[in-house]
Amino acid sequence: MLVNEKVAIEHGLKAEEYRKICDLLKRVPNITELGIFSAMWNEHCSYKSSRLHLKKLHTKGKKVIQGPGENAGVIDIEDGDAIVFKIESHNHPSFIEPYQGAATGVGGIMRDVFTMGARPIANLNSIHFGSPQNKKTKNLLRGVVHGIGGYGNCMGVPTIGGQTSFDSSYNGNILVNAMTLGLVKKNKIFYSKAAGLNKPVIYVGSKTGRDGIHGASMASANFDEKIEEKKPTVQVGDPFTEKLLLEACLELMSGDSIIAIQDMGAAGLTSSSIEMASKGNLGIEINLNKVPCRETKMTPYEIMLSESQERMLIVLENGKEDLAKKIFDKWNLDFAVIGKTTNSKNIELFFNEKQIANIPINILVEKSPMYDRKWKKSKLPKKNRFKKNIFSNLKIKDVLKKIISNPNICSKEWIWQQYDHTVMGDTIQKPGGDSGVIRVHGTDKAVAATVDSSAVYCWAHPLTGGKQVVAESWRNLISVGATPIAITNCLNFGSPENEDNMGEFVECVEGISEASKYLNFPVVSGNVSFYNQTKEMGIKPTPSIGGVGLIKNYKKMMTMDFKDIDNLVLIIGKTEGHLDQSLFARIILDEKNGPPPEVNLFNEKNNGISLLDLIEKDLIKSAHDISLGGILTALTKMCIKGNKGIKLNKPKNLINGFSYFFAEDQGRYIIEIEPKKLKEVNKILDKNSVHHEEIGVIIKNDMIIDEKTKVTIDELKSYNTNWLRNFMN
Amino acid sequence: MKSSVITFPGSNCDRDMDVALKKFGFNNKMVWHDDIELPKSDLVVLPGGFSYGDYLRCGSMASKSKIMQSVINFAKSGGLVMGICNGFQILVESGLVPGVLLRNKYLEFICKNVFVKINNKDNPYFKNLNKEVFELHIAHNEGNYFCTRDQLKEIEDNNQIAIYYCNDNGETKEISNPNGSINNIAGIFNKEKNVLGMMPHPERMIDQSLSGEDGSIFFKNLINNIK
Amino acid sequence: MKISAIITLKKDVLDPQGKVIHKTLDGMGFKDVNGVRQGKYFEIDVNENDPTKARGLVEDMCKKLLTNLVIENYKIIETQ
Repeated sequence: MLVNEKVAIEHGLKAEEYRKICDLLKRVPNITELGIFSAMWNEHCSYKSSRLHLKKLHTKGKKVIQGPGENAGVIDIEDGDAIVFKIESHNHPSFIEPYQGAATGVGGIMRDVFTMGARPIANLNSIHFGSPQNKKTKNLLRGVVHGIGGYGNCMGVPTIGGQTSFDSSYNGNILVNAMTLGLVKKNKIFYSKAAGLNKPVIYVGSKTGRDGIHGASMASANFDEKIEEKKPTVQVGDPFTEKLLLEACLELMSGDSIIAIQDMGAAGLTSSSIEMASKGNLGIEINLNKVPCRETKMTPYEIMLSESQERMLIVLENGKEDLAKKIFDKWNLDFAVIGKTTNSKNIELFFNEKQIANIPINILVEKSPMYDRKWKKSKLPKKNRFKKNIFSNLKIKDVLKKIISNPNICSKEWIWQQYDHTVMGDTIQKPGGDSGVIRVHGTDKAVAATVDSSAVYCWAHPLTGGKQVVAESWRNLISVGATPIAITNCLNFGSPENEDNMGEFVECVEGISEASKYLNFPVVSGNVSFYNQTKEMGIKPTPSIGGVGLIKNYKKMMTMDFKDIDNLVLIIGKTEGHLDQSLFARIILDEKNGPPPEVNLFNEKNNGISLLDLIEKDLIKSAHDISLGGILTALTKMCIKGNKGIKLNKPKNLINGFSYFFAEDQGRYIIEIEPKKLKEVNKILDKNSVHHEEIGVIIKNDMIIDEKTKVTIDELKSYNTNWLRNFMN
Repeated sequence: MKSSVITFPGSNCDRDMDVALKKFGFNNKMVWHDDIELPKSDLVVLPGGFSYGDYLRCGSMASKSKIMQSVINFAKSGGLVMGICNGFQILVESGLVPGVLLRNKYLEFICKNVFVKINNKDNPYFKNLNKEVFELHIAHNEGNYFCTRDQLKEIEDNNQIAIYYCNDNGETKEISNPNGSINNIAGIFNKEKNVLGMMPHPERMIDQSLSGEDGSIFFKNLINNIK
Repeated sequence: MKISAIITLKKDVLDPQGKVIHKTLDGMGFKDVNGVRQGKYFEIDVNENDPTKARGLVEDMCKKLLTNLVIENYKIIETQ
């Protein structure tokens, strides 16, 4: 096939990018080479619109062993142990084929983690769907949940947490972000940097088929009417093969045969081979006839761009081929020596004894386009002045019922009961808490993990929203008694070619950076997903933050369920009554404008560290952070989980109960303490200048809000749990 | 006491079972599906997981693996063989226990704590237990036990039903049936009661910090019974 | 009348089940198998006696529900 500008544009390249390729090569590329360029210069692989801004992220810290740029980030959890983790999007494939899209998303992120030598020990996910009224939502949700479960359950890795939201901005473009944590010994981490000349390049795993050719390009294409035509590019996942691949890789990794290893994810053999060579500043030679193929008559173009799943590329030490082959034979996986490292600094491909591609690797990587896209700064919206009379017709009980049965607040038990969350025998906090917690097998340590996003806040003011998501992740870790260590981010945005969407991206990144720096909560891995939109409308900006923390003694882990009657309930952090952008304002007052709650990083840090201190000193019985839905929502969840009631004190010095109970001011937690500990708790909080107030006392069965308002916990529970079950059945 | 846990390609509760058996005093060995001989054992366990990806029918392909002939011979000679979850499915497919395990009634994978009631204590697994109702954990997609009416009668006549799903008071009502199993059956024996297949995972309930500790009671009793 | 439909994975779509079944058969001694692809079979009894119309009806069901057209093909195989 002849290559020209038109063909290049069909490959998703811009005309000027095509001209740049011809200039750099000093010739016209052939079709295989063009395919390679289109994959490597694609937004998904090259980060051409985001690179400039991602540099601003805070990525360093004492506990960081590996920051962004590898298959996943790595943090130190002491005693020679490390946690490898990352979050990644699989949005577009999941919209087209929800089961397979979500399944292969989970498979891909697990490969990223075990590529580094870590055994996956926990999965989480952040999934976002269109409005429940949208006729596609139900099937997409069901398909995605089945897909995530189908893959993760089969792999035998517990899914310990996640987040699900509904918003009409995702009607035509759902989000599926999957996160995996793996455990590795610090001295047994594997990287993707090739080293040494004439080292054998090994292909292992499944055979190559015509799956997902141009998947990486699809991930960066707008969804339009022609979406049907894009269907055949969706890959089918095979978790069984991945389980074998995991065991085989870990078996090989226990020795010293591997120089470098990289999974074949987006843009398959192309990006994996080029990345390994590029990092090692080497060339690579591949004989495509040696690549195990599933279909007959596959062309070099198809072999290079296939996104068949469950494959790995390894650079081995010389002479270790037989040993490695024996392991992969045992696990019934394909194994082939397909090439070697060279000193040419080019990627050279051979097929039927002819050289069919020869490209300098630096052109593909360092010379890839980088854009400083135009972006628009967002103004902080003006605050609403809610008049007193709009509250006068509201009954607090009705409001509470409406809020706790809202799709974005209600219990997601229907979802997480379909995920195996207890396999591996170390899950000590199941989904439904502030963070999922797993023990580090055979030790006293535990690792906590959470995924969060607040698209509404980010949409209202991206800078504040970006900060808020990081703060929320931090709070969710603190609430279970974990010391926050680091985060991974999955940045889901609209088109970078749209100034508003690009502005949202830039300012969210700034917010994330500012908060993570202040909280010493660095970003160690992540990915960017642009072009999340249908036609011209971008989704609400949705950075998903995956936070990881450490609990040194797992017996000190905190949970949110109320424990004992007569215990006192306190609020840490000040309630200012910020209603704008709260769930209350949006669904009860129908007010969608206004600024999100302010994030005061000093208070976040101070309140969080003070709470950790209280937990460490065994002074509290339960803890929960206050987020979406405010104080009363948080209390309701604590009551339901503990099957206890609460008698509330009359709130002091605020305009009305609604702004007290439903405001979404940041930096707040609810804690339960024994009455005899009150003095000591007060002393510590006062000493640290942490605002705190007593809000009530734990009783049996009922929530008593004031003299006139009483509601049973059973009733609250049915409101909270029924919505999703009813919606899905 | 010696035990063996068989690892099939796709097994994923093999390590958990190994941890549990060792915790309660078994000298456990892991055995690869492709091996022909079984090490000398007092107990053989087929663990949970997704052997062969659960493709075709759960357990169908694992039941044809090399080691299974030895397991079958071991069972026929009276050796104790216990299959948990996928292991139960493999037992069914290899004909060591009667019936089949269909897809869950609501067509969804289900992972949660359940209560089970022990039906028959006249066997090495449950003998001497001083408790009727256990809280265990299930995690499966195909645990809906089914057999023909004639088979059911035979199973009942031979007292082969091991455990029923029930509520915390031990009542075996439909509402406590998580997957549609016939008569709330959660586990069954072979005729001789030396082979036990059950869906719940006792190995996930061996620690106060996990979902509960009823699994500990089961394992402690089991090793005492075998001694 | 009764119409049957067979749903199979499209030619180039990976069939993990077929692959594993093939390997197991091989292990059991069935050495002459070149490949296995699996699918679903439906027998649908429709309230329609015109064969062409009945086929059309089932074809519509295949398109709208029975088949995942992203990865599967359908074939209407028999009319009784």
